[in-house]
Amino acid sequence: MTAIQISNVEKRYGTLQALGGVSLTIEEGEFFGLLGPNGAGKTTLISTVAGLIRPDNGKITIHGHDVTGDFRAARRKLGVVPQELVFDPFFTVRETLRLQSGYFGLHNNDAWIDEVMHNLDLTNKADTNMRALSGGMKRRVLVAQALVHKPPVIVLDEPTAGVDVELRQTLWQFITRLNREGHTVVLTTHYLEEAQAMCKRVAMLKGGKVVALDTMAALIRRISGSQLIVNMPQGVIPEGLRPLVIHNETGEHGHRYTLRINEYSEVEGILARLREGGAVIDEMQLQQADLEDIFIQIMDKGTV
Amino acid sequence: MNFLSVGFRTLVYKETLRFWKVATQTVAAPILTAMLYLLIFGHVLEGRVQVYQDVSYTAFLIPGLVMMSVLQNAFANSSSSLIQSKITGNLVFVLLTPLSHWEIFSAYVLAAMVRGIVVGFGVFVVTAWFGHMSFLAPLWIAVFALLGAAILGTMGLIAGIWAEKFDQLAAFQNFLIMPLTFLSGVFYSIHSLPPFWLTISHLNPFFYMIDGFRYGFFGQSDVNPLISFSIVAAFLVGLSLVAIRLLSSGYRLRH
Repeated sequence: MTAIQISNVEKRYGTLQALGGVSLTIEEGEFFGLLGPNGAGKTTLISTVAGLIRPDNGKITIHGHDVTGDFRAARRKLGVVPQELVFDPFFTVRETLRLQSGYFGLHNNDAWIDEVMHNLDLTNKADTNMRALSGGMKRRVLVAQALVHKPPVIVLDEPTAGVDVELRQTLWQFITRLNREGHTVVLTTHYLEEAQAMCKRVAMLKGGKVVALDTMAALIRRISGSQLIVNMPQGVIPEGLRPLVIHNETGEHGHRYTLRINEYSEVEGILARLREGGAVIDEMQLQQADLEDIFIQIMDKGTV
Repeated sequence: MNFLSVGFRTLVYKETLRFWKVATQTVAAPILTAMLYLLIFGHVLEGRVQVYQDVSYTAFLIPGLVMMSVLQNAFANSSSSLIQSKITGNLVFVLLTPLSHWEIFSAYVLAAMVRGIVVGFGVFVVTAWFGHMSFLAPLWIAVFALLGAAILGTMGLIAGIWAEKFDQLAAFQNFLIMPLTFLSGVFYSIHSLPPFWLTISHLNPFFYMIDGFRYGFFGQSDVNPLISFSIVAAFLVGLSLVAIRLLSSGYRLRH
């Protein structure tokens, strides 16, 4: 079953095209990443899914329910952790969670509220006023608020921005468990290693448009398996090897080239050709391509 | 719309709990203010102004102060809650829920009415000792108190939706609500005004709320209470339609 269906969604603010015809399908049970630089349209897209922003064109459904026409059913299926650290200063943590639960029609929900607080290490703060919590604790409450009605689809907009390692681990353990139990998770983050570790599929946004959409494994395969980085105080890269260069920079210690390789067995041949061309190599590294490389290439060139 | 839904009741509870948690500011302070009005105006004008036959000025003033407190506090509740939630960003917790615009409207207005009535009742309890109060038409007292609170709760909701900063809300309160309240006959009968201002006063919907409310106590009023009721009820319907339209369109709430 499709968890979120986004069809040709457009949103414009004056001359700024915030979303330029975004289409995405996220299946039930997926752990999906939404990546992109600041201003790419991630939060606008999430807000549109959540009904906080009304699109100029296009349609969005959550578990088949239109977020505009059938918003009540759609919102019951969705839990959103907003990016901003917002809270209501009048209430304690438990009151906040009970109220949020009540808005979704759940009156006696203390058993689940207690479980959510336990899983997010909030139990000993249950009767503390929101104003008295640290930033990290407030972030935990935001996550708890999004989960009080057990939504099958959970959207986390930068959930670990500015929080400590302990919360990250606690949060990811809990979210991973929920995903294993069948919840669909959509994540936006600036921590690409987090996205690489958690997400099975990602979409990359740039200028309000989807510029890449694939499984994590396929994306990493697209950029090839590994990279060879060489630093050369003398000489330049021979013409025949130039197509393999994906990055180069020149500093006081010479030229530093990053070359794409498909297999480690290619390294010997490349080094031989460099020596034949008169190059002197004083440093060499082999590394696996990761999401950050893909991200940089896509954002630089628009494609891999 | 389901007035018995858990979501609706939760939002009413939250809005009520919110003002009750700061009751010194939201309940006790306006009661004290009304008491001071009564002591000062009652002391200065008692014996000098006779508005209705067999009704002392202090007794005349008490229903006016009660109604003024109902109106101002009903407005303050919905408007301050909304603007604070908008500016701090926590309104998102309501906007993300399945609550319909009808439920949001009704919950904010009902909670505003609760605060208005609680403060009004408190003002009456502490001021009634100073005048010989009668209750000739208690049904009209209840009807005008509830309608007045609902109207100002709705106006507060509209102001809270419209305003994007505290300054704008303060302008709405100081340049619209406050003059309409003070020029509605809280402290005087409009029949004591010159013809021009008498005509202007008849254009002020707040006048009909206070005049009808006062009729419930003394059986005397400047305007027939049925006429006041019709005008006040029509005003409430008109404002409610505006507020519901703003909520359903997402004006300044859903961008």
